[in-house]
Amino acid sequence: MTGWGILKSLWVTFKHLVVTYIEDLRYGKRRYFTPEGVEARRSSDVRGIFTVQYPEEKLPVPEAFRYLPFLIYEEGPDGEKQMRCTSCGICAKVCPPQCIWIVRKNDPQTGRPIPTPAAFYIDVDICMNCGFCAEFCPFDAIKMDHDYEIASYDRLSEHIYDLEKLAKPVTYYASIRPTDYALEEAARAQKGSAKKAETTAG
Amino acid sequence: MSEAVPRIAQIPNLVDLFPDKVQPDTRPGYQGYLVGREHLLEVVQRLRDEYGYDYLSSVTGVDYLPEGKMEVVYHLYKTLGGPALVLKVQMPREDPRVPSLVPLYRGAEFQEREAWDLLGIRFEGHPDLRRILMWEGFAGFPLRKDWREPYFEEEAKPFKSRWPEGFVFRAEDRNPFGDNVQYPPGFDPETWTPPDDEAIYRVLKRASEEDDLHADTLVVNLGPQHPSTHGVFRMVVSLSEETILDLKPVMGYLHRNHEKIGERNTFLQNMPFTDRLDYLCSMSNNFGYALAVEKLMGVKPPERAEYIRVMMAELTRFLNHIFAIGFLLNDLGAYFTPALYAIEERELILDIFEAVSGSRMMCNYFRFGGVARDVSPDILEKVRRLVYDRLPRKVDEMDEFLTRNEIVRERCEGVGVLTAEQAIANSASGPVLRASGVPYDVRRAEPYSIYDRLEFDVAVRYHGDIYDRYLIRLDEMRQSLRILQQVVRDIPEGPIMTGKPQYQVRVPPGEAYGRVEGPKGELGFYVVSNGKPNPWRYHVRAPSFINLTSLVDMARGAKVADVVAILGSIDIVLGEVDR
Repeated sequence: MTGWGILKSLWVTFKHLVVTYIEDLRYGKRRYFTPEGVEARRSSDVRGIFTVQYPEEKLPVPEAFRYLPFLIYEEGPDGEKQMRCTSCGICAKVCPPQCIWIVRKNDPQTGRPIPTPAAFYIDVDICMNCGFCAEFCPFDAIKMDHDYEIASYDRLSEHIYDLEKLAKPVTYYASIRPTDYALEEAARAQKGSAKKAETTAG
Repeated sequence: MSEAVPRIAQIPNLVDLFPDKVQPDTRPGYQGYLVGREHLLEVVQRLRDEYGYDYLSSVTGVDYLPEGKMEVVYHLYKTLGGPALVLKVQMPREDPRVPSLVPLYRGAEFQEREAWDLLGIRFEGHPDLRRILMWEGFAGFPLRKDWREPYFEEEAKPFKSRWPEGFVFRAEDRNPFGDNVQYPPGFDPETWTPPDDEAIYRVLKRASEEDDLHADTLVVNLGPQHPSTHGVFRMVVSLSEETILDLKPVMGYLHRNHEKIGERNTFLQNMPFTDRLDYLCSMSNNFGYALAVEKLMGVKPPERAEYIRVMMAELTRFLNHIFAIGFLLNDLGAYFTPALYAIEERELILDIFEAVSGSRMMCNYFRFGGVARDVSPDILEKVRRLVYDRLPRKVDEMDEFLTRNEIVRERCEGVGVLTAEQAIANSASGPVLRASGVPYDVRRAEPYSIYDRLEFDVAVRYHGDIYDRYLIRLDEMRQSLRILQQVVRDIPEGPIMTGKPQYQVRVPPGEAYGRVEGPKGELGFYVVSNGKPNPWRYHVRAPSFINLTSLVDMARGAKVADVVAILGSIDIVLGEVDR
């Protein structure tokens, strides 16, 4: 019968419409503007509306999420920043759009390089968020951030990040990527103890 | 008796067949045959007519600057399946001419134009040899090794200015004009009018004089800024009343010379760039590129990585097809209700991609010899719930929603027909080819990864119209779910990477063509290595680009309002068309 197919199509849309209200009634106030409600709207058995009201509501990002690199520093005993970066240059070499710029520090007396960066720049207009720098850094010194709200008014003055803007404490890293952090710390501890055993044995 | 039956997987020995016209390519790491350019047409015609090589998959050129040679590389296949027959024609760099294969395979049309545009190889006998991605009047041939872009810094990455004395600067600050446009000598952009428009209008077919009504032929530009073209894509059509007489696609508005960028990159640095080709299906793009380079390197990913790869590739196919169906309905005028239902499911799959790779669309997930991160058990559980429960239900819902709808049928049935012969001759691939009744799927024709072990059917439909191209996507989604269910059930534990992750991979000299059945069709990567850290040649056989060859066959005789739906049914992504 002509028209039956259209009616069936309309029935599908009608069901979608009704389910939205049913779900709203079922969840009540918990459905919107609560972390629980956001989670419910992205689970595999979600029915009804999917929309997340950004920026009032935000989807939590998974741990693997990557957006712009940052440099990790550890706080020394009297609060000074100890950069993990040794300015080995692997991140600059592996970077596909070549947006990482590193100036190596040299000892003023001997002229020999010191394993810490004198300057470190990332042009965030060029960065393509591929995550290679973090993946291949042998010192766990550069990691990908979770903060994706970085809009600014002037690209010429604000979009080349320098050492100061890139440096973030290791505690911040531990807070955004707890699993990765725990794994890396365990590996470091193992490496450290192996080294210690070697020196005591030797 | 059985001797007379040609075996599908066997490549005929061309040296025996064509003595002193053909010689084997003996360079280490290379395969196939070298053909003299004066014999090319004859050899290819016999291969097509007598030996069943009816499908010209890829045509591209390579500039061997140190040897002073240019080379055109052809990859021929049988639609019955089997490996590639690779033919090459070499010519001196000063005189790059080769006979065009368009009379034998119409599918060569755009690819030959591309090789002319980017490498300056002249294809003699080509019916319409104009630039295709660059603009007419552009200076030089960008893929030649001695051509340099305006922001040129060094021949190959990594650039020396970045470390250890990396004092930052912006490329545009070094350019006196502040932009990256390079004009040919004597060129004034203020007074210039594009000659290619004239050329297009001239070659369009017009109504003949003997027409009864003496109706005027009307030339209409659809696009480039038109919401139905899914991006910046232009179709120049000539109309007799509302019927389309002829159509010329115009592309290149998003061209960024992906291949030149790829040749400046190291092998690994290319991986995130492949994400940006077909930006809906970055996982499939990664897959094809990884396969090509792994062929050269001779590494094989471990079992678990293979399963993860197939899982990601099939999820990608699912999301691409559901998205394509949704947007086809947009083109038909069902504004955004089906599209948004499709996006809901896509959202759930993208959540998985994000949790696995760190990014929703630009996944950059594959590495040579494995994948970047392992899939954790809770993500696997999420995939399981999707592929066993939710997604099958949603495909059925889509089916119920659209398939029997009279308006959809009225607009789609019998419109934009592409016959099987045309589809093969035009080198169409993917759903476009299979909807025309050719059951050709790279996953079965030349299985890669673990597809030979998985149980699924090659979906095929026979009418070749928009409706069948819609139905085949539903069929393929169901088959993808079937594959996914097997993968989720059987995925083994184990490592996800062969060897240690390296940022500078060693790729021995040679050539490789890696192809996968992408959601849009056969996605191939042709990579030539000379042993250096950067590929010497990197070429993408982009399925949406080549599928557009069939657009004119589908559109001829249709109404102008249907062109939008026909284009939607091919399912193009301009990031891949224009590269």
